[in-house]
Amino acid sequence: MSHASTVSATTVTLKHSLQRSNFELSVDTQIPAKGITGLFGDSGSGKTTLLRCIAGLEADLSWDTRPIHKRGVGYVFQEPQLFPHLDVRGNIEFGLRRSSAPRVDQTKVVEMLGLGDLLDRKPDRLSGGEAQRVAIAAVLLRSPQLVLMDEPLASLDQRRKEELLPYLDRLHDELSVPMIYVSHSIDEVSRLCDHLLLIDNGTIVASGELHEMLSRLDLPMLSGPNAGSVVEAKPWRYDRDYDLTQFNFSGGELSVPGLYDTSTPNLRLRIAARDVSICLEQPENTTIMNVLEAQIDDVQFAEPSSALVRLAIGTDYLLALITRRSVARLDLKRGDRVFAQVKSVTVRR
Amino acid sequence: MDAVTGMSGFAPLLLSLQLALVTTVVLILIGTPLAWWLSQTPSRLKPAAQAIVAMPIVLPPTVLGFYLLILLGPNGAIGSWWVELTGNTLTFSFTGLVIASCVYSLPFAVQPLQSAFESLPRQTMEFAWTQGASKLDAFFAVAVPMSTRGFVGASVLAFAHTLGEFGVVLMVGGNIPGETRVVSIAIYDHVETLNYTAAHQMSLLLLGFAFIVLFAMFVINRRWSTR
Repeated sequence: MSHASTVSATTVTLKHSLQRSNFELSVDTQIPAKGITGLFGDSGSGKTTLLRCIAGLEADLSWDTRPIHKRGVGYVFQEPQLFPHLDVRGNIEFGLRRSSAPRVDQTKVVEMLGLGDLLDRKPDRLSGGEAQRVAIAAVLLRSPQLVLMDEPLASLDQRRKEELLPYLDRLHDELSVPMIYVSHSIDEVSRLCDHLLLIDNGTIVASGELHEMLSRLDLPMLSGPNAGSVVEAKPWRYDRDYDLTQFNFSGGELSVPGLYDTSTPNLRLRIAARDVSICLEQPENTTIMNVLEAQIDDVQFAEPSSALVRLAIGTDYLLALITRRSVARLDLKRGDRVFAQVKSVTVRR
Repeated sequence: MDAVTGMSGFAPLLLSLQLALVTTVVLILIGTPLAWWLSQTPSRLKPAAQAIVAMPIVLPPTVLGFYLLILLGPNGAIGSWWVELTGNTLTFSFTGLVIASCVYSLPFAVQPLQSAFESLPRQTMEFAWTQGASKLDAFFAVAVPMSTRGFVGASVLAFAHTLGEFGVVLMVGGNIPGETRVVSIAIYDHVETLNYTAAHQMSLLLLGFAFIVLFAMFVINRRWSTR
């Protein structure tokens, strides 16, 4: 197998290596050929370099001699790179006109990214978020075999981020093209991605399905203070009096503030490890709404003072970040039946 | 001496405009790939190439004209080849003047283009490539339209500079009416023969023309930068 990125029906093979004076990239891995794969790692770990190798923008030790424009790899840069002399329509049609296999419906993409009113504008009249949406539309319309997104939200402020995220959710739900999404925000990754690649110092240190990766305790990158798990849950009842929506998941029920449409299929809920605490008995008289029966699956001491506990609940896992002292005091160990108190749940999508 | 107001009085002016126009077109055609190469190359030859391109700015036109005379002359490397090919000599001909002017005005075309190309964001070009444009396609579809200012600047400067040349023309072209007698030479002639009226008229025309061209360029530049 040569050094290259190849896309088959079920998997995308990434095989790249690159030697620099102060950095070495060596990647040989596979990701699913559908859905969004998060590429997660610290800055300097080689995320962008890997993307550039895949796109052909970096001269790696590649046997893939196809020129950049024939690789069918779309690239969404951190800073949207639009052509200033073309209006939005010209920008999104640039790649379309150069693509031999148009499979993506232009009207649908324009509608999906909310560009209808922007088509006649020049890029210098667009906000950062709008420009990034145009860039994403331009890339998708080329019907690439693989889309690379290099922290597309990083250059936006929090408000613009929140504005763009729902569009990315829609892409995820409605398009079949595989994407690699670079981020150093675990929150973005757990919202958008289905699969996760962890990169450190130029090599892939772990890779797997998102839920499984997030519930692993042996990955320092994911088990730090931002550790947390994700469960798929179905909103099924809205309590108008208290403005709470009840969600069903494999381990029981979770109440979440706010109204969520009960006709939607599963939504993704993120539960941060620091928002989960453990009781040996069923707590009564507590202000915590969500108490779930669970079984301790694993305990990992992370930092000198803290421990990360994995709780099996139904077919899902929750993580609880507690102190080592509590582990000792309650004598928590694998197999114990306990109660998990969940203080806060965020609906990610 | 020709009557100043007759057709022949304006012949040097028309010849100058013709020379400047042809030189500008040739220089844009040659200068664009050269400027692109200079703007993109990591080559160690780049400083040397840049120095060669910039030399006409520094050298006295007579030095340049002297070497060109030798090179383009019937016994010179290029001149002899040209004689073999066409039977005519390059020196003291319009074609010879065009070649000399291209050398003389080269930096004035290359430098604005090079700085326009250098200021193109690298990633915008990369985006064009990943969007399915070959290097050549991306150059014409993205780099050229994004460098319009460079092209306008290069054209105006090359044109104006050629219009104003004297020393090189005198060395290589001499003073053949309708062939190499450009406006600057004609003015010199008029002054030599104390025909100040004719010298005045031509000089004033050139003065006004130079002002209008440069003024127009700066107006266009200002409009673009404040847009």
